[in-house]
Amino acid sequence: MSANIENFPGTPLSQADFDEGKILTTHWKPKLEYGWDAGVAISRYLAELKNGRLIGIKCNRCRRTVVPPRVVCEWCWEPMEAWVYLEDTGTVNTFSICYIRWDATRAKEPQIPAVIEIDGASRGAGILHLLDEVNADDVTIGMKVQAVWKPAEERSGSITDIKYFRPT
Amino acid sequence: MRQVAIVGVGYSGFRSISPDLSYKELMYEAAAKAYDDAGVDPRRDVESFVSVAEDFNEGTSIFDEYVPDQIGGVLKPVHTIPGDGIHGLIAAYMQVLTGAMDIVMVEAHSKASNVLTLSDVVAYAMDPIYNRPLRANPLFIAGMEMNRYLYKTGTTEEQCAQVVVKNRANGFLNPSAAYGARLSLDAVLSSEPLSYPLKRLEVSSHADGAIVMVLASGDVAQELSALPIWITGVGWCNETPSLETRDWESATYARNSAEMAYRVAGIRNPRLEIDFAEVDDTFAYKELQHMEALGLCREGEAGLLLEEGDTELDGELPLNPSGGNLGVGHLLDASGLARVLEVVLQLRGIAGQRQLEDVETGLAFGWRSIPTTSGAAVVLSN
Repeated sequence: MSANIENFPGTPLSQADFDEGKILTTHWKPKLEYGWDAGVAISRYLAELKNGRLIGIKCNRCRRTVVPPRVVCEWCWEPMEAWVYLEDTGTVNTFSICYIRWDATRAKEPQIPAVIEIDGASRGAGILHLLDEVNADDVTIGMKVQAVWKPAEERSGSITDIKYFRPT
Repeated sequence: MRQVAIVGVGYSGFRSISPDLSYKELMYEAAAKAYDDAGVDPRRDVESFVSVAEDFNEGTSIFDEYVPDQIGGVLKPVHTIPGDGIHGLIAAYMQVLTGAMDIVMVEAHSKASNVLTLSDVVAYAMDPIYNRPLRANPLFIAGMEMNRYLYKTGTTEEQCAQVVVKNRANGFLNPSAAYGARLSLDAVLSSEPLSYPLKRLEVSSHADGAIVMVLASGDVAQELSALPIWITGVGWCNETPSLETRDWESATYARNSAEMAYRVAGIRNPRLEIDFAEVDDTFAYKELQHMEALGLCREGEAGLLLEEGDTELDGELPLNPSGGNLGVGHLLDASGLARVLEVVLQLRGIAGQRQLEDVETGLAFGWRSIPTTSGAAVVLSN
């Protein structure tokens, strides 16, 4: 606190000042809606999720298979066109136990987001998803997990067609 | 001072929708073509990457992070600026001028079709406390400016409508233009009023696309390209966001941008030294107002010169041979780069059916559209 606080104490604000409209603010609720075109690579990825499969793509120059797929290898700039079906199993690269929800409220049951290196893709290439059917204390880096899919009739071509991954 | 040239251009589009490609794939297509045109490998040769994007147009906060992969910039110097594409071009130009970089790229794109509430995004650009609560469609800003411009200069509504006829006809000769058309003056004049005196066909429609350019320093440019297009002058200027106190008549931001660019380029008489220009025509009257502000004619003269055919493809000072935003389509942040793209194609002599004869120096000018008073200019020579 400044030594000058005695001479310049300022004017404290209370909640009442806001409630009584002494502090003026303007509110605005944005209306922002987007419909992103998925494009060549991600459209195929989503279509295969609907089929209950994971698909990646291989760079023949770097000999690296990545997922989700993309049209160009960001390492060497080679176009990527070699599609590769992958397993729906993998290994936890890293995870966290998250006690706050999407809207920043506190959660009693934590979510466990994880990067899962998918079997059939190259080391370090994985997808982000959630873990479940596991006690948070039991999750470890290196744990083997498998996708739990929605029933075929409920799948829509979305990353949420996989409900979560669970330990194998 | 170091010389800087554009040695490669590439683009994807332009069309009203692009459901076949993601924005990343649009950017990749433009980048791959530009690198091929320049004869460079982005992973080996390009030292720095500049992209131009606005988070609200993309629907992603900190959009910068989604840029590197599809332009070849992973693990290299990359930065994104909000602004017009020409602001990005100038940023890349300055990086080469520092001497720290020899080859730098600039990218801008539009996925306007993916912004489902685009007019809300435009409205969001207005002051939230003392303008936005009135809930008027921001097109009124163009209507008010057009009204004051016509009042001040004596320019007529017919002359503004004639800009649309000219530019959409030019677009008809441009295979990459989304809105080429042969329109009658009556069709433009009788299109419904949007915000008096502005009519529907005088407002450019949005298009999707991406544009990439590769810039190089003098010696490197000479090695890479048989016909480098030299950037001889750049200038940019913002006036004020205040709708209450801005200059509604004469686009001062454009005048200041051009004066700076001409000073850098050593141009004393732009009317004589500029062979042709691509200038922002987001709204039809803007081409006339910008032409005057850029010193390409005297105030109040642009409409008359247009009527006399001076700004046609075969006129004394062709304006927007590409079709401009009215003919090509408004490309959001990439609009200014579309102006530069056409100047480059014309100066290289590869503009096809709309190729101008004997052109050596061209001007490109971009404006960030309503509600801004923000512009950027670049002078190019072959």
